Amino acid sequence: MKTVFKRTPTLKDCPTHYCPGCGHGIAHRLIAETIDELGIRGRTIGIAPVGCAVLAYDYLDVDMIEVAHGRAPAVATGMKRTNPDKIIFSYQGDGDLAAIGTAEIIHAAHRAEQLTVIFINNAVFGMTGGQMAPTTLLGQVTATTPKGRNAAGEGYPLQVSEILALLPGAIYVERCALSGAAGVRKTKKAIKHAFELQVEAAEGLSLVEVLSPCPTYWRMTPAKAMEWIEKEMVKVFPLGRLKG
Amino acid sequence: MIEKSDTCSETHKRILMCGNEALAEASIIAGLDAYFGYPITPQNEITAYMSRRMAEEGRVFIQSESELAAINMVFGASATGKRTMTSSSSPGISLMQEGMSYLAGAELPAVVVNVMRGGPGLGNIAPSQSDYFQATRGGGHGDYRTIVFGPSTVQELVDYMHLAFDLADVYRITVVILADGFLGQMMEPVLLEKKPHRELPAKDWALTGAKGREQNIVRSLWLPEGALEALNNKLKAKYELIEKNEVLCEQYEVEDAEIVVVAYGIAARIVRSAVSRAREEGIKAGWIRPITLWPFPTEQISRAAEEFKIFLTVEMSLGQMVEDVRLAVAGKAPVVFYGRPGGGTPTVDEILDKIKQLTIPEKR
Repeated sequence: MKTVFKRTPTLKDCPTHYCPGCGHGIAHRLIAETIDELGIRGRTIGIAPVGCAVLAYDYLDVDMIEVAHGRAPAVATGMKRTNPDKIIFSYQGDGDLAAIGTAEIIHAAHRAEQLTVIFINNAVFGMTGGQMAPTTLLGQVTATTPKGRNAAGEGYPLQVSEILALLPGAIYVERCALSGAAGVRKTKKAIKHAFELQVEAAEGLSLVEVLSPCPTYWRMTPAKAMEWIEKEMVKVFPLGRLKG
Repeated sequence: MIEKSDTCSETHKRILMCGNEALAEASIIAGLDAYFGYPITPQNEITAYMSRRMAEEGRVFIQSESELAAINMVFGASATGKRTMTSSSSPGISLMQEGMSYLAGAELPAVVVNVMRGGPGLGNIAPSQSDYFQATRGGGHGDYRTIVFGPSTVQELVDYMHLAFDLADVYRITVVILADGFLGQMMEPVLLEKKPHRELPAKDWALTGAKGREQNIVRSLWLPEGALEALNNKLKAKYELIEKNEVLCEQYEVEDAEIVVVAYGIAARIVRSAVSRAREEGIKAGWIRPITLWPFPTEQISRAAEEFKIFLTVEMSLGQMVEDVRLAVAGKAPVVFYGRPGGGTPTVDEILDKIKQLTIPEKR
């Protein structure tokens, strides 16, 4: 019998703590597969964010560090500059990267740090109970926007990837979505490219924004959450290559 | 600015350097791999010096976008096993407290230099000693300590930079050099050569890529019941070992003294002159100078308090270290404070007057 799919070694053989229908598990698998396909496990260091993925090191079998909320790009900078032969990636959510860590990601890109950033955008703070994120859509109900996000007073969804794409130091920026098999395949391709650029020592920062479902705090079934990405999220966060 | 030939090849000769540049060169000699910093007065000579010298040495220098970023770059470099440091002054050190708490939780070695200026808030840019509480009580959130040196000469800045890097590695702890604007700016002759160093443990915990071994994880989150308590108790054991082994303190004519003046850093140099003048005038005065502010020389001060003496603590603050002196004296003798906050500097005459007030009956 032909094996068509198996767990890649860098993804640990254990259940995750993620909610049913959450996108983190898929994103972790795509990163693990990429690391194994590129044969870089022995020189990769990963950075886990503050948020639902804080325990990413329980699932990804590489050297990993857990850092303060939003500071991953600064920590990654300290690691990469002192270890140019290592492959450094950060895994950050929308609260981590687009709210508290805006300065760090902008300046890491601004300095053209040779880093790979996987930015998980699920339009909500998951870990703390479903509060508004900078990427929350207008009208979206969250724990802190009970009447739906209103641009007056709560601002518009923040398109960080578009901002980063403007910077010369960001050499590759792509937005993908985990909705559907095709979306997952495209996300995998983008993640792999973002790692490859660092392996090739390309001079700048690579970032893949991943639109990812959070059925729990979107108050939807996993299937509906996937639909919502395709119908609503992509209108505000259009998919495709923004740079590079 | 010191030419390279003066700093590198002739470390056995005394040369004239300002404190900020001397501590920077001492760090390079101590094997610093990476410096990260953000400009702030009165320590800007450090970042400028590092930008030039680290490049010459082929090592890492980054002017970060903020102090938050600087301390987190330190966090990253340290996690990979590199020798790393940052420097700043009071307001910038406040911003670094988040990172310093994480360094403590993750047990990563680091050296942080605080060239203190007056506060609170933006305060001013004059020398001050008003960050003692912050430095010696951990500073950020959570149950932790940092080793704190309070050097009083440019030479001590050099010597304790060397020791700071070793102690950081030995104990996997942050070591703070608590200097002030005077020390940073003043020029004194220094000998840069590296002192004998400690035996250093292997950094088998470092993140180097999990090649041929299980993954290493650097973390400060411990969610399961009892897990964080276990870490806290492990840290406590480490802190107790440091308290037992690493106290440094200097004292002078304490045995027969009626009055003992306690001061650290630049204030201790003024106290030294005042006490000498007091002795010349027949007053039995002595001084104790804590060199490590944490661990604090509690034993030494407690011993001096066994025989009845008056303790006068002199600081360039509203009175911070005086609380540690009171804890050490534990009610066995009176503890009096004299200080000048906000960039004010106590003069020899002011301290001498205070000594006289406390020791000459008709002046009391």
